Amino acid sequence: MAGSNPNAKPMSLTLKVWRQKNRDTAGQMVTYPVKNVSPDMSFLEMLDVLNDDLEVRNEEPIAFDHDCREGICGACSLFINGRAHGPERGTTTCQLHMRHFKDGDTITIEPWRAAAFPVHKDLVVDRSAFDRIQQAGGYISVNTGGVPDANEIPIPKTVADKAFDAATCIQCGACVAACKNASAMLFVSAKVSQLALLPQGKTERKTRVENMVAQMDIEGFGACTNTGACAAECPVGISLENINKLRREFIVAKATSENIA
Amino acid sequence: MILDSKIPEGPVAEKWDKHKFNVKLVNPANKRKYDIIVVGTGLAGASAAATLGELGYNVKAFCFQDSPRRAHSIAAQGGINAAKNYQNDGDSVFRLFYDTVKGGDYRSREANVYRLAQVSVNIIDQCVAQGVPFARDYGGLLANRSFGGAQVSRTFYARGQTGQQLLLGAYSALNRQVAYGKVKVFPRTEMLDLVMVDGKARGIVVRNLITGKIESHSAHAVILATGGYGNVFFLSTNAMGSNATAAWRAYKKGALFANPCFTQIHPTCIPVSGEYQSKLTLMSESLRNDGRVWVPKTVEMAQRLRKGEITVNDIAEADRDYYLERKYPAFGNLVPRDVASRNAKLVCDEGRGVGSSGLAVYLDFADAIKREGQAAIAAKYGNLFEMYAKITDENPYEKPMRIYPAVHYTMGGLWVDYNLMTTVPGLYAAGECNFSDHGANRLGASALMQGLADGYFVIPYTIGDYLAKMPYDKVPTDHPAFREAEQAVIDKNNQLLAIQGTRTVDSFHKELGLIMWEHCGMARNEEGLRFAKQEIRRVREAFWRDVKVTGVGEELNQTLERANRVADFIELAELMVDDAQSRKESCGGHFREESQTPENEALRDDENYAYVAAWEFTGVGNEPRLHREDLEFENVKLTQRSYK
Repeated sequence: MAGSNPNAKPMSLTLKVWRQKNRDTAGQMVTYPVKNVSPDMSFLEMLDVLNDDLEVRNEEPIAFDHDCREGICGACSLFINGRAHGPERGTTTCQLHMRHFKDGDTITIEPWRAAAFPVHKDLVVDRSAFDRIQQAGGYISVNTGGVPDANEIPIPKTVADKAFDAATCIQCGACVAACKNASAMLFVSAKVSQLALLPQGKTERKTRVENMVAQMDIEGFGACTNTGACAAECPVGISLENINKLRREFIVAKATSENIA
Repeated sequence: MILDSKIPEGPVAEKWDKHKFNVKLVNPANKRKYDIIVVGTGLAGASAAATLGELGYNVKAFCFQDSPRRAHSIAAQGGINAAKNYQNDGDSVFRLFYDTVKGGDYRSREANVYRLAQVSVNIIDQCVAQGVPFARDYGGLLANRSFGGAQVSRTFYARGQTGQQLLLGAYSALNRQVAYGKVKVFPRTEMLDLVMVDGKARGIVVRNLITGKIESHSAHAVILATGGYGNVFFLSTNAMGSNATAAWRAYKKGALFANPCFTQIHPTCIPVSGEYQSKLTLMSESLRNDGRVWVPKTVEMAQRLRKGEITVNDIAEADRDYYLERKYPAFGNLVPRDVASRNAKLVCDEGRGVGSSGLAVYLDFADAIKREGQAAIAAKYGNLFEMYAKITDENPYEKPMRIYPAVHYTMGGLWVDYNLMTTVPGLYAAGECNFSDHGANRLGASALMQGLADGYFVIPYTIGDYLAKMPYDKVPTDHPAFREAEQAVIDKNNQLLAIQGTRTVDSFHKELGLIMWEHCGMARNEEGLRFAKQEIRRVREAFWRDVKVTGVGEELNQTLERANRVADFIELAELMVDDAQSRKESCGGHFREESQTPENEALRDDENYAYVAAWEFTGVGNEPRLHREDLEFENVKLTQRSYK
C-alpha cells in the first residue's frame, strides 16, 4: 500500500552472500534463492525474511549490523554488487529499497573489506578503529560546566553551515570500503574540518590533526590517492573538500608543530 | 516499602540550589578510589560517563552497539528545548517548567521538572562549547523553532539531525576521557543482570556479543541509561536493538518500575506498508510548524480516494477537514503529541482515513510552499522530505505526506527519587530509562533535554552524595554474588538454546506487538486489557515451550540476543497492561475509553489518580505489588488540559 506502485509484482532474486564463522576461519560465498520480495521492502527487510526462512529450516541466519534503520546510526554496512551501501547514491543500506532491483536479479552481498576492519562473522566487521581515531583527538577539550553562554560565540552562518556539512558523517565506513587503498581519509577529514572551522575548535587544531592522522596510520588504513571513490559512495555526501582541508591542516601543523607528546 | 522521593524542602525555584549545597561531596583526591558503571551510551549515558570521568571517577561504559555513537539518541530529529528566551517571546524557566508539567497532563513531579527547566540553559552552552553545530541566523547567533505544546520558540536544532549532533558532542567528550584513561568503553557488550551485595548495587553481568562470553564487572555504583521499551510493540520508531532487558532485570532485582503504561504514540510517522515491515520511521514533529493535517470531510470521499477513483488533488479546499485547526484554534497543528495522535485515530475510525488501508492522514505542505517557496521549505526540512521519498517513493513537494501515529517513546521507566536513584541503593537511572520528568505525555524536543540534563548536570552531583558515604573497598568479581548471577545468566541462555521449538523469536515478538497495539495502544478499555493479559500469558507460555534459537551461546549469535530481549518484553508487556488496568482515568498518552469528556478528550481523575504508580516484582506470573507516590502540585494549578 505504501509507494506509488501498489500493484508492483513480487520479485524472485538470487543472493550470493559472504558467510564466515568467525575472525579466524576462512569465509565463502553462499547462494540463496529468495522469492516473494516486495518492491516496497527495504534491503534489510528482505534479509530479515531470508533469515526467518533460514531459522525455520534450522540453519543459522546471516549476521549483519543494523540498528536505527533510518540512515543515521551508521551501523548498517554491506557491499552490494560491488558497491558500498548498494546502487543508490546518498543512501545507506537500510534506506535502500528493493524497487531498485529487478525480478530475476542476482545480488552479491559482502562485508566491508579492509585490513583495518576485520570480519567478526558473516557481514559483521570490527570498526572500532574509527572510535580509536576519534579518541586520539576528535574533540574539543571542555569539561562539563564553566563554559560561556552559547550566544557569546557568534559563528557566521556560512561557516556554521560548512562545519555542519562535515559533521553529518555517520561513521559507517563506506568510504574505507569504497577505496581501493582502504583509506580512512574522508572519515578523518570530516571531523578535522568540522572542528577546525569552528572558533571553539581552533585552539587545538594542530595537535588534533597530527594525533588523528597518526592514529589512522597505526590502525592500518591505506594512503589516499585522490580517486574520490569515498565521496562518490558516501551515503551522507561528505565532500572531498574536507580531504583538502585535512591536508592543509596537517601541513601547517607539521610545519609549526606544537605536539609535545 | 515506603517511597521516599527525597524532594528537598523550600520553594520550587530554590530546591536544586539548596540541594546542591546540602549534598555530600567526594574530595578530588578520593574520587579516583570509586568505580562507576554506566550502561548505555546515548545522550544520558555518554554525558554521564564523560562528566564523571572529568570529575575523576573511574568509569566503565557499556553499549550493545559496535560504537557508543550509534545509541538510538542519534536518531532524534527535531530539536532540544531550553529556556534561553533568545527570541524575546516571553519564555522563562518557569514557563518551560509549566508547559512541561501541563504537557505531561499533571502526572510528573514538580521538583524534578523545575530542575530540568533550570539546567536546560546550561545544556545549550555546553553543547555549543563542544562544537555542536546548531542552526544559526545570519547574525551568527543561534536560531530557534517552535514545537508542539508550546507557544514560544525555544527549540534549538541542527537541521533534521539534532540527536546525532548532540550525541556526537557527548561522544566526543566521552572519547576525550577514554584518551585520558578515565573511562573504559565496552562496545558490543550487553548487560544481562544486576549484581547486589549487602542490598546494594555493586556490579553487572554482561555478555560479550562477539565471543558470547559471560563476564562480570564490579563497581561502587551502577547507572542505567538504557533507553525506553517502545519495542514491546514490535513496530515502533525505536532502533531494532533498543530493548528493556537491563532495566527489566534490575526490576526483577528489586528496583520499582513506575507508570509502565505511559507510552507515547507519535502522530507523524510513515504508515505501515506490509507484513514484512521491521520498524516505523518518524517524521519530525517540526514538520507540523508548516504542514497542515487534514482528511476528507466525508467518509464517501475518503472511500473513493482509497479505491483510487480520485486523487488527493481532486479534493477541493472546501471538502478538506483540517481537523486540528478546527478543533484547537489556539494551538492548531501544534497540539501536543497525544492529542494529535488520538485525533488521527478518531478520524480514521470514522472511516475518513486515507491511503489504501485507510490508516493514514495527510500532512500537507502546499500552503507553506506557496507562501515561502520550495527552496525555503527544502532548507528547513530537506532531509526529512528525502527520507519520506526514499521510503514511500512519493514526492512530498507535490503530494501531501501520508502519516499515522506510531509508538515512539515511553514516559514510564524505573522509579527514581530526586537524586535519580532507584529503590535499589547505588542503582541510578537516567534519561528515557527513568520515569521522572514527562508525566503521562512528553513534549517534543524534551527527550534530548532530559537525557543531557540527567547526564551532564544531575547525576554527577547526586551520585557524590551516595559515594561519599561508601567505603572504598571493592567487591571482587569472584564474590559469590557475582558467581551466582553469572550462573543464572548462563542457565537462562542455555534454556533458550535448548528449547529447539518450531517458532522464530520474531514471530513471538510480532504476536506480542499486535496484542499490545490493539489493546494497550492509543486507546484502552477494561475488557481489552483483561483480554490482553490472558493473551500475553499465553504468548509467554508458548515462547518458553516452542521458541527456536539457532546457533550456540559462545559466539556472535544475534538470535540469542533477540530471544533474551523478547523474553523480557513479554514479561514487561504484562506489567504495562496491569498498570493500564489499575489506572482507570485517562491522562496524556494513557487514554481509557471509559474516562473521556463529551468532546472525546482525556478526562483525568485527580482525586483518585494523582500519583505515580510504582510496581514491585513478586515473581514471574505473580501479581506485582503497587506502591503509590502521591503527587503534590504547589506551583501549577491542575486544570483540564486545553489547547483550544
